[in-house]
Amino acid sequence: MSANVAVVRFPGTNCEFDVAEAVTALGGEPTIVFHDEVSLGSADSVVIAGGFAHGDYLRPGAIARFSPIMEAVSRFALEGGAVIGICNGFQVLCESHLLPGALQKNAGLRFKCGTARLRVESNRSALTEQCDVGDELDIPINHFEGNYTCSEETLAELRDNDRIVLRYVENPNGSVDDIAGICNEGRNVVGLMPHPERACNPLLGSNDGVPLMRSLLESALASA
Amino acid sequence: MSSDVTDQPTHRALGLTDDEYEDIRTTLGRDPNHLELAMYSVMWSEHCSYKSSRVHLRRLPSEGDHVLVGPGEGAGVLDVGDGIAAAIRIESHNHPSAIEPYQGAATGVGGILRDIFSMGARPIAVMDPLRFGPLDDPRSRWVAEGVVAGVSGYGNSVGVPTVGGETVFDPTYAENPLVNVLCLGLMPAERLVLGRAEGPGNLAVLLGSATGRDGIGGVSVLASAGFSDAEADADKRPSVQVGDPFEEKRLIEACLELLEGDLAVGVQDLGGAGITCATAETAAKGGSGMDVFVRAIPTREPHMEPFEVMTSESQERMLAIVEPERLDEVLAIAARWEIRATVVGRVTDTGQLRVIDSDGTDVGEVAEVLADVPARSLEDEAPLYHREMAVPADFDARRADSPDALACEDAGADLLEMLADTSWVWSQYDHMLFLNTVTPPGADAAVLRLKHPGTGEDTSRALAMSTDGNHLWCAVDPRRGAAMTVVESVMNLATVGARPLAMVNCLNFGNPEHPEVMWQLSEAVDGFTEALDAFGVPCVGGNVSLYNESRGSDIDPTPVIGMLGMVDRLVARPPGPTLVEGGRLVLVGALPGTDGGDLLAGSRWAAQQGSRGTGNLCEPDFGALEVVAAAVRDLVGGQAVPAGAIVGVHDVAEGGVGLALAEMVARSGEGATIARIEDHRALFAESPGRAVLCVDPEHLSEVLAVLEERGVPTQRIGVAGGDRLSVKGLFDLEVAQVTSRWSSALPDALDRGTTQG
Amino acid sequence: MTFDVVVEVRLRPGIADPQGATIERALPALGFDGVSSVGVGKSIRFTLESADEESARAELADLCERFLSNPVIEDSEITLTPVAS
Repeated sequence: MSANVAVVRFPGTNCEFDVAEAVTALGGEPTIVFHDEVSLGSADSVVIAGGFAHGDYLRPGAIARFSPIMEAVSRFALEGGAVIGICNGFQVLCESHLLPGALQKNAGLRFKCGTARLRVESNRSALTEQCDVGDELDIPINHFEGNYTCSEETLAELRDNDRIVLRYVENPNGSVDDIAGICNEGRNVVGLMPHPERACNPLLGSNDGVPLMRSLLESALASA
Repeated sequence: MSSDVTDQPTHRALGLTDDEYEDIRTTLGRDPNHLELAMYSVMWSEHCSYKSSRVHLRRLPSEGDHVLVGPGEGAGVLDVGDGIAAAIRIESHNHPSAIEPYQGAATGVGGILRDIFSMGARPIAVMDPLRFGPLDDPRSRWVAEGVVAGVSGYGNSVGVPTVGGETVFDPTYAENPLVNVLCLGLMPAERLVLGRAEGPGNLAVLLGSATGRDGIGGVSVLASAGFSDAEADADKRPSVQVGDPFEEKRLIEACLELLEGDLAVGVQDLGGAGITCATAETAAKGGSGMDVFVRAIPTREPHMEPFEVMTSESQERMLAIVEPERLDEVLAIAARWEIRATVVGRVTDTGQLRVIDSDGTDVGEVAEVLADVPARSLEDEAPLYHREMAVPADFDARRADSPDALACEDAGADLLEMLADTSWVWSQYDHMLFLNTVTPPGADAAVLRLKHPGTGEDTSRALAMSTDGNHLWCAVDPRRGAAMTVVESVMNLATVGARPLAMVNCLNFGNPEHPEVMWQLSEAVDGFTEALDAFGVPCVGGNVSLYNESRGSDIDPTPVIGMLGMVDRLVARPPGPTLVEGGRLVLVGALPGTDGGDLLAGSRWAAQQGSRGTGNLCEPDFGALEVVAAAVRDLVGGQAVPAGAIVGVHDVAEGGVGLALAEMVARSGEGATIARIEDHRALFAESPGRAVLCVDPEHLSEVLAVLEERGVPTQRIGVAGGDRLSVKGLFDLEVAQVTSRWSSALPDALDRGTTQG
Repeated sequence: MTFDVVVEVRLRPGIADPQGATIERALPALGFDGVSSVGVGKSIRFTLESADEESARAELADLCERFLSNPVIEDSEITLTPVAS
């Protein structure tokens, strides 16, 4: 049985086919779901892929949040389904209040594309359960607004409940507490700025995204 | 009409000469009206018609079995096997970027993408060869920052990775940066679409943004006139276009969906000269005519005059030629992507391009015809100039002034000065999207996995791309300089295991009314032709940018090329310009014999010493260079020796063997101990077609045997490792000095702040 | 009634403002020494039809809260001017 992964596509999304390629390579079955749809069909899990949904106009994720498909995504998440937001998808999840906090412009005020080393801080999440805590992964980043910020209380809550799942070993964007990825209370919704789908082929320089993508496929089946 | 306010004849105010005006009168058999004059002026501008350069461009070889579309269309198209066609094009956006760097560069990216997807291809990679004034000039820094931000802002958002390019800082570009943009696209071979308006009764559907006043007259004013002073500069500002990458992204998806569904007869992008150009070009190429309903065209501002609507350069617009029965399907796709789509014209069989004062609902019977000209006269019958050419007066004197005679005080210091890591630029570009980028920017050539654009199937092959230009070589001798540029590109491709498939060029030159400039252009074309013929590589497209000058001084001739190559079997990532401890360093390829040539002519080192344009370039021996390139290709590609035998490789060009070694040291953090570099001439000579190999010692004898068997001139020059880069008898530097200078050069300079004025 | 509306969206106190900080750092080099507390925000302009000022304000508060600003990091300030009909 292979996991059916719905990959959400807003106008301006550009990583949807990359996620689909990585999912396929690991034996999953991706389906691209356009933002004007109201149902996720028979999806076992959902990825909100990176890019510039609605051009990132107003704020990244601010307009995408109101697309029809997001109601279905919220329902799916509340029912415990695995939802992963990568990069722009993380921004969308924050704007939708499925995850706390917000993503600001990078501290260096420049767009940054390159490879960042991440440390797995928690393997209790839909994206990291195939990893060990302390694992270091080389995963590409590609963002202008990747600087995670939240209130003191939220940060304390994230820390106390083991909800910071990935941290940068060297902080590239000014994120508070070196946060690269977090999960919700149910641990089924995960948002991260780095792109695991870009690290699933040694020809591209890193294979470290594989355990993350595998975790997603496994949790998809577990929650199905 | 606004041009009436000038006291000179209208046609001259619009940039048309008296002779051109007479040609128009002869064609029409009457006086043209103002709208018609405006249309001729934009179509017959240098930018659109290539009237000064066409006679020369014809000499470039463009044939090849794998060439599906050669020069003259939106892009060159090549058959790259497995049912895949690759579309490639390069363009300049120099003058807009000089005035408004961010938007100039952004709209440059937007324009080149439209050229590619109008052919039916999905753009998969952009490369940006960029040239700016010196880093110690705050305004040049402002231009550089703005241009890089513009490429980043537009390219990342529109969702096409920028996988490479060049970054050059030189005083010759102080007031005239060169912003060239290359784009590569892929399509299933059967989907190739040409910009043709065929079938009378078919509809012209305008897709994308509303038409505003941006870029009115931009073609003739911005692209065809040099800048004289700040005030005139400011006057031109309103005609700069603003890019909207989100609109373009939706336009890409909508157009590709139309073409996949076979819903359009032809598609044409709206570039310079806007709707006039798109309608005239599709009609002329389709052998048909077109009625344009000027009141149907959605405008962004009220009260726009027909001439403004017809010549506006508003961005993110496309014209699709659609059969009436498919119109509803086309409109539905546009609606899904939230793209405006409007019927703005109809194909006719008259051969005339008519602009009708109508919104199309009254079918033009009662409406006034505002313009009525033969479509071909705008497109194909633009004037063709055999402009005067002259060898520069100081050419012989400069040739006699050999830079080889200059003394070198401190080769190590001179070398450090040349080092600059360009990652400050390309780390701002998404260079990884689409999961193709095997070799990221910063190496000699970009390598992209080749996947079928329809099925996504991996072919286990890869495309490679390199962009190259060298104004210092071309300032000495544009003919040999251009030929050497081709050699450099071929060698860049070889270092990643690729063989050349085709070239595109972007000819950045000064004022064509200066006979020396036309001589430079003609010589460069001949140099390209010699080299391309020798390597059997076709030129499938090009762009010419003239009037690159400030206050009457022309830029150094800067022909830039993009070379597309094929890696026939991609087994591993190419090693790239790096060193591995213990690796044996081998220099392949020979310096040319010096009879008649100067080793340091046109070199970066000579320019550092203040000797530019001096001496005599050595003549390239294409046959010998092809042997070297083939050997490097097969060694790196794992064809001739086991994969992994070559652990590092870097071509030798700008900065010579010295800079090649220093860059390998900087990128790896490994030192190198080098001998057998005779003197500073051998260290800094730039004759291309050479490479430094770092060879795994276990495989050294095999590698040397292959090189010997193939007759490749080979010299073992040293070994990698340690914490020093030393070249016996010339210099001895700490690795830390090399890496720190390399990595800090650009950030330090650019963080010193910028000013616009 | 028709209103001209200007919504100014700015970062909340305590939220890092890297754009503002960068501008502030650049100023002394250009000879502007007395400038401090630079903050960068955005202003959004539009016209609004509403029954009266009270209902306009209620609608705008909701619009800002839900869409124009992100309350996690941003505050908004609304200025509205009735347009003489």
